[in-house]
Amino acid sequence: MFGDYSLSDLGSIFVMQGFAGLILFSVFVLMALGLAIIFGQMGVINMAHGEFMILGAYVTYLTATFFQNHLPGLFDAYFFVAMVLAFLAAGALGMAVEWLLIRHLYRRPLDTLLATWGLSLILQQAYRSSFGAREVGVDLPGWMIGSLQATETIEIQINGLFIMALTVLITIAVGLMMFRSRWGQQVRAVVQNRVMAGAVGIDTGRVDRLTFGIGCGIAGIAGSAFTMIGSTGPTSGQLYIVNTFLIVVFGGAQSLLGTIASAFTISQTQSTLEFFTSGSMASVITLLGVVGILMLRPQGLFTLKIRR
Amino acid sequence: MNATPTPAQDFLLSVEDLTVSFDGFKAVNGVNFYVDPNEIRVIIGPNGAGKTTVLDLICGRTRATAGSIRFRGRELTRMSESDIVLAGVGRKFQNPSIYDDLTVFENLEISFPRGRSVWGALRFRRDAEVRDRIHEVAEMIFLKEHLQARAEFLSHGQKQWLEIGMLLIQDPELLMLDEPVAGMSVSERKKTAELLNRIIRNRSVLVIEHDMKFVEDIAHRVTVLHQGKVLSEGSMEHVKNDPKVVEVYLGH
Amino acid sequence: MMQNDNPFLTRLDWLSLALLAALLLVAFPLGLDTFRLNLVGKYLTYAFVALGLVICWGYGGILSLGQGLFFGLGGYCMAMFLKLEASTVENTKIQSTPGIPDFMDWNQITALPWFWQPFHSLALTLLLVVAVPVAFALLVGAAMFKRRVSGVYFAIITQAIAAIMTILIVGQQGYTGGINGITDLRTLAGWDIRTDGAKLLLYFVNAALLIGCILVAQSVRRSKLGRILVAMRDKEDRVRFSGYAVASFKIFAFCLAAGFSAIGGAMFTLQVGFMSPSFVGITPSIEMVIYAAVGGRTSLFGAVYGTLLVNGAKTAFSESFPELWLFGLGALFIAVVLAFPDGLAGLVRNRLLPWAGRMLARGGKPAPVRPGMVTK
Repeated sequence: MFGDYSLSDLGSIFVMQGFAGLILFSVFVLMALGLAIIFGQMGVINMAHGEFMILGAYVTYLTATFFQNHLPGLFDAYFFVAMVLAFLAAGALGMAVEWLLIRHLYRRPLDTLLATWGLSLILQQAYRSSFGAREVGVDLPGWMIGSLQATETIEIQINGLFIMALTVLITIAVGLMMFRSRWGQQVRAVVQNRVMAGAVGIDTGRVDRLTFGIGCGIAGIAGSAFTMIGSTGPTSGQLYIVNTFLIVVFGGAQSLLGTIASAFTISQTQSTLEFFTSGSMASVITLLGVVGILMLRPQGLFTLKIRR
Repeated sequence: MNATPTPAQDFLLSVEDLTVSFDGFKAVNGVNFYVDPNEIRVIIGPNGAGKTTVLDLICGRTRATAGSIRFRGRELTRMSESDIVLAGVGRKFQNPSIYDDLTVFENLEISFPRGRSVWGALRFRRDAEVRDRIHEVAEMIFLKEHLQARAEFLSHGQKQWLEIGMLLIQDPELLMLDEPVAGMSVSERKKTAELLNRIIRNRSVLVIEHDMKFVEDIAHRVTVLHQGKVLSEGSMEHVKNDPKVVEVYLGH
Repeated sequence: MMQNDNPFLTRLDWLSLALLAALLLVAFPLGLDTFRLNLVGKYLTYAFVALGLVICWGYGGILSLGQGLFFGLGGYCMAMFLKLEASTVENTKIQSTPGIPDFMDWNQITALPWFWQPFHSLALTLLLVVAVPVAFALLVGAAMFKRRVSGVYFAIITQAIAAIMTILIVGQQGYTGGINGITDLRTLAGWDIRTDGAKLLLYFVNAALLIGCILVAQSVRRSKLGRILVAMRDKEDRVRFSGYAVASFKIFAFCLAAGFSAIGGAMFTLQVGFMSPSFVGITPSIEMVIYAAVGGRTSLFGAVYGTLLVNGAKTAFSESFPELWLFGLGALFIAVVLAFPDGLAGLVRNRLLPWAGRMLARGGKPAPVRPGMVTK
């Protein structure tokens, strides 16, 4: 399938598709970061993660509509407001879910999987009842439309660059929180030894709730980014959940850096293959590759050898 | 210590230059020791000395980075866990490892050395031989009255006995016990010592234990591990008087 | 007492079996019209999947979220045979290539692909209906279990495989019929499967096969293998260090579940008259898990009742309040995990039977059943 292209053509295709894959990569990274925090740190499988993302997307849509109708002068800035709101909405819902549902199910990971699947069905129907079954889209602010002409054959979309930069910032922030802040220290303490952490005065319940909330909040931001590559419907989130889980597992569930590397590998493979074959075959080949590698190396790509 | 150059076949178990490293940390570092048929060997050492890791390596739970473990002339380091068991090595874990959801009878039955393949398990029949053996062992481990009880309702000591009973049914040539009396009450401890004294006949036993009284009672020879290496080896008397041992272990 | 502590069926098992047989073979056929009976027959094909999950998940602790894959493979194998039979040169003479399935012709395919060739033969098809899914399960199971992939990782990977298969089937419509699936199936070896008489007969074949599979599952459950599965779920390492190759036992359970699902899939195709990717992917696969969970994840009979109950509710809701159904199903997932982990079987075992025992005892007769001996 590469036969008809010269080497420099292939290079350009790779770079172009690479940048086109930036938004997909960003959505994947943000989704996977949230999931990696929840799964890697808490051992909870959140099948409703896609629905938290879609909540963020709907919040972004509502914010855009509000600005269009009431504050058209400030429309250029709506995206920043939307992101914050998406984070808060998804985070708050996440904390409520943790309190109502998840905290009863620690140490029963397969059961959390089923329960959160139930939650995802409820959320989907709630979206359908509130926003209708039809997909909705948002208008980009003017400054995000268009592209930079990097070289003669390579164009880069501005919104892709913006989302990319945003993702990097959020990733750094999450990294700092995990490894520098008191909260991160507490989370890691609870992961290592829940009983001991409780004994030294860490409110493990609060830490869990906050961790789950932040994971879901980041999914909400992913939803904001998602509005730029697709329209939002009640079931849009489900398309992403399998890929995101594979990213987290592929990256080695405990490693944030591994998560990013694996999101990059998967989204770039997918986006490059899409140029040569149909979208569905690109997904099939990518997913098969990931599953194949996971069968050979089930612990993921970035894990340490530890004493069991 | 007893470094007479004997051909390896004469030992039941010969561990040579055994090393395992976890991310560069050598938990077991060039360990050598040899166990004779029918010998009772106790491994002692401070926490983190690598005692449990040595047992893990022998039974295949952890893979060695370097070195060899030969059991009756067969190299164990490349065999699967279940094949090591079939070769004749049995292992009791530190925490009682039994099946909570099954009855005591069923727990023992699973260890009965027959029908261990998928088809064997499907065809397995609970015949007189199986029942008699289970009753015999249940009597030895003081659980005759509890055969139909679900294992999760046993006390901690009873669970330890059940696991010992499972190993008895398995009838291994080399029996490895990891702290068999830890966490037991005084009376349970006494009964266990009695039980162990009975079952360790006619086989080799490798025991990790902290209880020095218990060690003195049963050990033929003692191996002292410290920071992943063999510090001293010999009779209890010899080891006790070894200044290196006194320094790192008994002196504390 | 020790002589008979492990009979093939306990008294209560016999009772449950008789009850189920009476319901499926007498009550439903007498009480329901052809349309409803066909609907129940369709539900019962899902019960095969739930039954497999009881062995694999309930007993072995291996949760597969890709059982729709095996249901689908079985169903597609059967559908391919029926489609070839329906696509005679005579029936397809308006096509540019007569004698191949219509959707191939629409997609400019001019010759039957190699993997369709075996499905000219009914005998080979019946073999492949089970062999293809089981071989696939063997492959996946061997790759994963030998490398100690288990728990949530296994669940996620099986889910991904189901998703891949759906995308593949939808994407390759020239070979598979795409999103619509394989439709317009007519005859099985010349016998029209669309008539009321055929549907009635197929219903009975399906019910009999289901009862047969329950008996197979029961014989596995009460063998030592069944107890090893429970032991593995509990302390995998202990089983391994008692001399069992744990992976082989998991592979067996997974393959058995795949085989059951495949039979269900084939019976689905025969009774409903088509097979499509909507029974293969993530959503149907995980929904089938809830059938087993509602029935009680370790109850063979419960799997059937759970399937009937959930699907009955789904049909009833979808007819009157379609928007409520997803809320109901979602709540069911949560409730069965949080409040009723033992499902219907748990309710029967812990509430109904003790109550019945007390009622009988009050009537002067001794209580016939001990609660502990219930169909686990």
